[in-house]
Formats: sequence, C-alpha cells, structure tokens
Amino acid sequence: MAMEMRLPVARKPLSESLGRETKKHLVVPGDTITTDTGFMRGHGTYMGEEKLIASVAGSVERVNKLVCVKALKTRYNGEVGDIVVGRITERRRSAEDELAMRGFLQEGDLISAEVQAVFSDGAVSLHTRSLKYGKLGQGVLVQVSPSLVKRQKTHFHDLPCGASVILGNNGFVWIYPTPEHKEEDAGGFIANLEPVSLADREVISRLRNCIVSLATQRMMLYDTSILYCYEASLPHQIKDILKPEIMEEIVMETRQRLLEQEG
Amino acid sequence: MAGLELLSDQGYRVDGRRAGELRKIQARMGVFAQADGSAYIEQGNTALAVVYGPHEIRGSRARALPDRALVNCQYSSATFSTGERKRRPHGDRKSCEMGLQLRQTFEAAVLTQLHPRSQIDIYVQVLQADGGTYAACVNAATLAVLDAGIPMRDFVCACSAGFVDGTALADLSHVEEAAGGPQLALALLPSSGQIALLEMDARLHEDQLEQVLEAAAQAARDVHTLLDRVVRQHVQEASILLGD
Repeated sequence: MAMEMRLPVARKPLSESLGRETKKHLVVPGDTITTDTGFMRGHGTYMGEEKLIASVAGSVERVNKLVCVKALKTRYNGEVGDIVVGRITERRRSAEDELAMRGFLQEGDLISAEVQAVFSDGAVSLHTRSLKYGKLGQGVLVQVSPSLVKRQKTHFHDLPCGASVILGNNGFVWIYPTPEHKEEDAGGFIANLEPVSLADREVISRLRNCIVSLATQRMMLYDTSILYCYEASLPHQIKDILKPEIMEEIVMETRQRLLEQEG
Repeated sequence: MAGLELLSDQGYRVDGRRAGELRKIQARMGVFAQADGSAYIEQGNTALAVVYGPHEIRGSRARALPDRALVNCQYSSATFSTGERKRRPHGDRKSCEMGLQLRQTFEAAVLTQLHPRSQIDIYVQVLQADGGTYAACVNAATLAVLDAGIPMRDFVCACSAGFVDGTALADLSHVEEAAGGPQLALALLPSSGQIALLEMDARLHEDQLEQVLEAAAQAARDVHTLLDRVVRQHVQEASILLGD
C-alpha cells in the first residue's frame, strides 16, 4: 500500500493570501464599545460603570439601537425554527412516551428536527412534527462549527451533483443519497437500507471532503458554496482534496466564483 | 545554591534580565480543533489550556447551580516538566490546589450568570515548568476561554513577583523561586485594575508589600498588552476569512 508522509512546516496565516483588510470593528473583552447610554445591549456585551463593555472577542454589530458582539466561535445557541441534526443520547422515561415513541425512535438514532421552543436556561425543545424530519438512514455526518452554517430559508438541499444535504444550524451536516421517490406516507421513520451505488458513494465522499475543506478555511456553508467547491474539486482525486495546498487552491477558486456571482 | 547572586550590582538577574523585565512570551489560540477553545503559551514555561463548555453538568445533577455555571479546573503537569521526573502527573496535592486557585480566578472573571445549570471545564497542562507556573496557566486559560467564545468580564493576566536586596523582581524563574525568598502571584483584570487572585507564601514585611504588589501589577499589565495583541491578530485573521 502506498503511503505519503509530510514533515511539519510552519504555515503562513491564511488571510495573507487574500490580502485584504477587514472593515469591521473588532473588540476583545474589556474593550469599551461605546459610552453612549442610548444603546440597548445584546449578546457579548455587559454594562459596567456607565459604559458598554465587550465580553467576547469578535466583531461589533449594530442594528438600530441594539449593539452586540458576535464571537468568532460559539457553541450553538438554539433559536425557534432552526433545523438541527443530532443523535438521541437519552430519553424521558414516562409511560406515555414509552407507548408512543419507542417504536419509532430509539436511543442511538440520528435524527433531524426543528427547534420548537427555547427555555430560559438555554435548553431547547425539538419536534419532528413534519414528514421531512425524522430518522436519518444511510449517509455521512460532518461536524463543523455552528457559526459557519449560513441562515437560509431552507436547510434541506438536493444538489444537482447527485446527492442531498441537510445543513443543521448546530453545525452537524448530513450528506445522503437523494431518495429515488419521495415517500410521503412513511414519513421519516422507516430507514432505507437499500444498497447505495458506487457512483453515489463517490459523490457523497467528494462532498464530504469539500465541506471539510470549506470549514477548515473558515468559509460560510450554504448550497451555492458547497456546489461551487464540488465543481472546483472535480479535476482532483477525492483523496487529494484534503491535502493542504489542493484545499487552498479549491477554496480560493470557490471564493472567486462566489465574488463574481455577487458582483 | 550558596553564592548565586540573584541580583548583580549593575541590576542584572541570573538570566540577564532587569528587575522589572518579563521573559519573552509567545502565544497561540485555537491549537486544537476538537475542543471548544484552546491555547498554547510559552513564557519560560510551556503551558497548554483547553476549554470545553458551557455544557450540561456531568456526573450528579445535584451539583448544578440554579443561577450560574459551574467552573471546573484541572491542572496537570507532565512527568518531564520539571528537573526531576515527576511520579504523578495529576491528583497530587499541588495539582489539586492549583486547580482550586485557577477555579477561584476564573469564577471571578467569567460571566457565569449567563449560563445557569451548566458546566465549564478548563484543563491546563504544563509541559515545561520554569517558575511562575500559576501565571502561565492563567494566561493560557484566559486565551482558551476567549477562543471558546465564553463571555468574560475582562482578560485575566497573571504574573509572579519576588523581593531580593530591596528590589522587587517581576516574573520569577525557577532558579529565583528555589532561592527561597518571598514570592507573590497576582492575577489581575487589567481594564478595571481589579485583583482576581493574590497569593503569597513566605514572610514579607508589610512596608515592602506595596512595592512588590506594584511590580507584579505592572508586569501583569505588560502581559495584557501582549495577549491583547495576540487575540486581536487572531480575530482579525478569522474575520478576513469569513468575509464581510
């Protein structure tokens, strides 16, 4: 079996290759954001001695009278209407729960669900009250930082390259083969265990590597960026996508295409 | 170590530094992708800090505090970190005490009221111990907590200080600590000047306390300047990558 080894080498900062400055107002904890008391304070700030002080390291965002600091990397904070992908680790043991749910969802199952409500201490309550949510069958899970998942109208995408993807707001991305026909009656509780073809598997592997490259280079994940990255990676072999220099090249091309599309 | 001059007539210390001079500090944030926050610091000592949280309380639910988060700190020093090989990396008295001190320090700085009934874990590992390990741990842990995006009142910057021949020395090395003079460890919140933790175990005349305290506070502020630069650079790089 052929093996490739690399020696550790100091890498230059990623942003140097982009060569542009940021226009945002960056703060670190302890910095005064403003002494104007007319502002309402949002996440990432606290009031101390007549001034608004930052409590996380990130960029300041001002929306009318609300000032908040968006941290670079945060744990996922649930909001009503978010789509999440996750694994059932523990469930409530009540009699009615046993009767109703045990047949469908068990501990250890991977599911997609929507956030129904958020409690005051940050805990979220999920529901799968729609046919598009429910148990996930065969596919690949990628974990990325929640801050990289762009908020969109829909998080379920059927990509034209031949696979489908669910971008969970909690940073869990599920890639699976596009189902042949929509099973409306079964909903999401019957697992599809038919064998997946090699062509589909290759598409899914390539998508997985592309998503990992985008996350490593800290690019926002949404259907267009994933698709452009996939197309940029086609000249390379699937296993080569994760090599640092090829990763940089592919993501750079994706960035350029996205800029052209916007501009 | 009889005959070793900790402070020469010209005002130079054993390693060539001046009385108030710090050792060179190099720090990096975000060294581990798996943890929520991580940092690496070299300040004579080499320390790694990793932060997980805030997450649900592990173990007994009864320990959960209804109005704020629990801060759990663990200190571990590698067996090869000191001059003589250590038998037990963690679980010994010194590690437990250090863990407790780190916990007190960070409970003062982290805004725990924002995460009730959850737990924040801070693990610090010292790879090379060379005097002032508490300070290096606090500085590394501050960067790691910032990297994790956990809200804090301010940076926590720490430094050690000692007193030799009527002069206060800042940032003691192992040689200076082993000489047996008074040693003070100070953890400071720089913007407000509030002290998070102040510890000293030795005998020091109260007239001299003011001087030593001021030396430690100045050194902590110098550390803050440096850590501030590291964090801003990190935030700027990430901000450029994410795009506007």
